[in-house]
Amino acid sequence: MGGDAGVILADVKVGMNLPELHYDVTATTVILGALASRDTRPMHHDRDFAQQRNGVRDIFMNTPNQAAWFERFVTDWTGPKGRLGRMKFRMRDSVFAGDEMVMRGRVTDVGTDDTGCAWVSLEVTMSAVTDGEERIATTCDVRVAIPVDEKDNPWRHGTWRP
Amino acid sequence: MTATDTGSNLPADVSDLIGVVQYEEDGEFPVERGYIWTTCASVENGNPLFWDDEVAAETTDGPIAPPTMISVWFRPHHWAPGRTEQHLPLKVHFDLKERLDLPEAVMTDNEIVFHAPVRPGDLLRTRQILRSVSGEKTTKLGTGRFWVIEVEYLNQDDVLVGVESYTGFGYRRSG
Repeated sequence: MGGDAGVILADVKVGMNLPELHYDVTATTVILGALASRDTRPMHHDRDFAQQRNGVRDIFMNTPNQAAWFERFVTDWTGPKGRLGRMKFRMRDSVFAGDEMVMRGRVTDVGTDDTGCAWVSLEVTMSAVTDGEERIATTCDVRVAIPVDEKDNPWRHGTWRP
Repeated sequence: MTATDTGSNLPADVSDLIGVVQYEEDGEFPVERGYIWTTCASVENGNPLFWDDEVAAETTDGPIAPPTMISVWFRPHHWAPGRTEQHLPLKVHFDLKERLDLPEAVMTDNEIVFHAPVRPGDLLRTRQILRSVSGEKTTKLGTGRFWVIEVEYLNQDDVLVGVESYTGFGYRRSG
């Protein structure tokens, strides 16, 4: 590992897994996430609306807050020098208040571009566990820049090709 | 989302909008640290870039916002003096729902490309571009159409800070 800098290029191999994250989602989790992202749509804070209008069992996490969870999951691993280049989300199902959320990640590619920037591709999943049954709610393909070595810092690269 | 194609017949006024820049607008407030901290708290993100000014100075030349917050900075106020109707973000999405008479909608895919960092005090400008609208399709949710909308984000110096691409599915519920 690159010490305080987090991971560096030499630490990363295709196929390695990121540390899993388990989190019990409550109504507060969903509502605080919606509030933080300035999303006042009722399906993210009003259970009656979610059930009667959306036909689902409870309020559920909004997309911008899911993005914040994915960012936290990835940068917990990379450290602060990890610089996100691109994230592609596919929403398959919802994460509801009362679910356990499980996040997993796997390295699918690693290398450097022609500017010398080191890039890691990750396949990250956010799953929801309800009554012991797990389903994938959202998948996210992530491209994140990491330091080549302890002295490198992707935030200071003059040319940036995300 | 699995879909069955049941025809196209896209109205000409909708197809004419594909590729056209719409709704260029400034954010209603500058990027600020209160929302940054609230967002980090909501997901328990302890990245020192957002909490420790010394680390931020060493790493990013000062505080920045979490990159994934990019859409937060152009979400309109829920209410503002003199406003007679709610200001909707991603207006192209809501225009399509209304024009195509599709009362329900979900977002199925979302891609964000991050460019220059967003910093407290920045005032972002956005513009929306409709990229595509599918023929009519039937999914487990109902019958409707998929569309792709891009949102470009620039800062007050016209530097590109991000491009977000949304795939939405507007539909009528089955039965």
